[in-house]
Amino acid sequence: MSSLKIDNISMRFDLPNGGAVQALKNVSLELNQGELLSVLGPSGCGKTTLLNIVAGFLAPTEGKIVLGGKTVKGPGADRGMVFQQGALFEWMSVRENVGFGPSMKGMPKAEKKQIVDHLLETVGLHDFKEKAVYELSGGMQQRVALARCLANDPEVILMDEPLGALDALTREKMQGLVLNLWKETGKTVILITHSVEEALLLGERLLVMAPRPGRIHREYRLPFAEMGVNSDLREVKKHPEFNLKREEILSMIWEMEEEIMGPSEVAGA
Amino acid sequence: MIILLIYIALFVGAFVAVSAIGHARAKAHDFTSLKTVTFGDESAVRPNRAASVISILVLFLLWGAFTGSKWLPEFLHAPGPFIGATEFNYTLRTADGSTDDATVTVNVYAAGADETAPEVDPGDGIAKNDSAAIRAWRSGLIRVDRNDELGREDGAEIVAINGEPIAPGGEVFVSNARLGMSTKGTLNFVPDKGWQMEPIWLPAPETVLKRTFEIASDGYQNFTLAEHLFWSLFRVIVGFLCGAIVGIPLGYAMGLSNWFRGWFDPIVEFMRPVPPLALIPLVIIWAGIGEVGKIILLFLAALWIMAIAARAGVSGVRISKVHAAYSLGASKWQILRHVIIPNSLPEIFTGARVAMGVCWGTVVAAELVAAEKGAGMMIMVASRFQLTDIVIMGIILIGVIGYGIDILMRIAEGYLVPWKGKG
Repeated sequence: MSSLKIDNISMRFDLPNGGAVQALKNVSLELNQGELLSVLGPSGCGKTTLLNIVAGFLAPTEGKIVLGGKTVKGPGADRGMVFQQGALFEWMSVRENVGFGPSMKGMPKAEKKQIVDHLLETVGLHDFKEKAVYELSGGMQQRVALARCLANDPEVILMDEPLGALDALTREKMQGLVLNLWKETGKTVILITHSVEEALLLGERLLVMAPRPGRIHREYRLPFAEMGVNSDLREVKKHPEFNLKREEILSMIWEMEEEIMGPSEVAGA
Repeated sequence: MIILLIYIALFVGAFVAVSAIGHARAKAHDFTSLKTVTFGDESAVRPNRAASVISILVLFLLWGAFTGSKWLPEFLHAPGPFIGATEFNYTLRTADGSTDDATVTVNVYAAGADETAPEVDPGDGIAKNDSAAIRAWRSGLIRVDRNDELGREDGAEIVAINGEPIAPGGEVFVSNARLGMSTKGTLNFVPDKGWQMEPIWLPAPETVLKRTFEIASDGYQNFTLAEHLFWSLFRVIVGFLCGAIVGIPLGYAMGLSNWFRGWFDPIVEFMRPVPPLALIPLVIIWAGIGEVGKIILLFLAALWIMAIAARAGVSGVRISKVHAAYSLGASKWQILRHVIIPNSLPEIFTGARVAMGVCWGTVVAAELVAAEKGAGMMIMVASRFQLTDIVIMGIILIGVIGYGIDILMRIAEGYLVPWKGKG
């Protein structure tokens, strides 16, 4: 079983004016195979930077990422990524998009077709496989992005606010889909989100990050993801523990925001 | 000025007429027609097709009316030049003060018609009757005292036309003409020109059409019309293809490599604002006026446009698409082939449309300067011989072909890059 190790990562960006931004400082974390981690934090806490480092798009100034015993040197097919939106290839049909990874590997056509058909069935887009991606709604496009990522059978799935641009109803449906896919495939998943509720629902482990410098503030282990698999997410949300945790994390983030921005003017009104 | 006023009147008149018809007809109930706010909402403005059709008809109507076209009924014609016989009297005063009148008959004839002066009876008295023939739209000197018993060398002079006094440098209007008097006392007869254009300035539409068929079958300057147009198009297509074959990879290289970007940036940025027409003299010096020179010129015209379009296409790729491809296991070449190139195609098509337009304009200009065949050469040579009908035909065909090229490119674009603007 291959685990993902984030080993003492620091990231500094030099600015053109001579200054520097400490985007991440001494972030360490270990994820076992099949764990679902959601990452939450105020803007500018380095969530996306961390994800880009794990994906291999950025090289950290200090520390390293180790996946299955091997140090990550750059992007690779073992770490699939799902973006917020606009990362589908609009010159390809839905089927071609999902089959992109297998095609790049030179997989035989019959085998590829089987994988693509199975995944499109799983995400509920079987009837749309010959459509152009720009003909689909936002929610359907994210289903394609999920299927495309899974078609490559990565060890880790990285999600950068994958549901951020969707409306509330579609988002809830998609949250259920993500949970079920996670359970079915047994993949390690890191999910970045702005929504506390989503982080609670879709996090077996939940990481709250703090800004300036970006660091891990608090880590939780939560039961809600397990509860949510194959059941109604609205029921999970009614759980008293869920509401307690939500209030706790919300006020934690509010405090951090106030530290940066000063006390909110609206808060007293 | 009168033409402008007529044009405005037709514009307004057609609008009122079409609106009246439009109101009478049942309204459509699409989204745009149900908008209550349309003024200021640009998206609600659609070209009115009736206006487009009427606009073209009006252009031909005005053209026909002011050239006396046979396609139009007579009553629509603008007043033409005076043609026919007219006459006026002049009064001769001799040195001793006695005067005598005589009549001048002038035959104003249309080009190609009978141009003989009418026979007239000289009549009695010192002054004798005269006759003259003058072509419509032209003017002519009439020395009316030439056959008189006492001419200007005897001290006789013309003092009045039709009873109106006239002196050297003055003028008198008689029926259908204006008479001027030169400083030496000769009469200058200017028949009324009317409002129509003379065929050598603007031929009637049917003349142009007739000439088109004539050139299509017999040719002009050793080449038929189809050959002239084919050569122009051939140069454009070859020049454009050469420019695209070099320019697109150059643009990709500039979009993907620091070194290429740095090396070619100054060259591209310098050449881009140089109009291709400014290169014609240099290209003629280097490559002569044959096909090679033309194609080099068009190659240069297309090259920079295509390079910049390809560069913009590469820069326009969303980094998340490239990242997605990398994390799906694609190699650099696979990313170039499957992500960057398809992503840049819409930009390249836009560039190709611009480049084809510029090339078409440049080839005509280059042929105007020097060529043995081609649409531009045809109209340039025709203009030297004042063959206005060929010039107008050439201009119309050049416009139609340029428009046709753009339409074809747009159709190809819709077919080949349907995802344009949908990313």
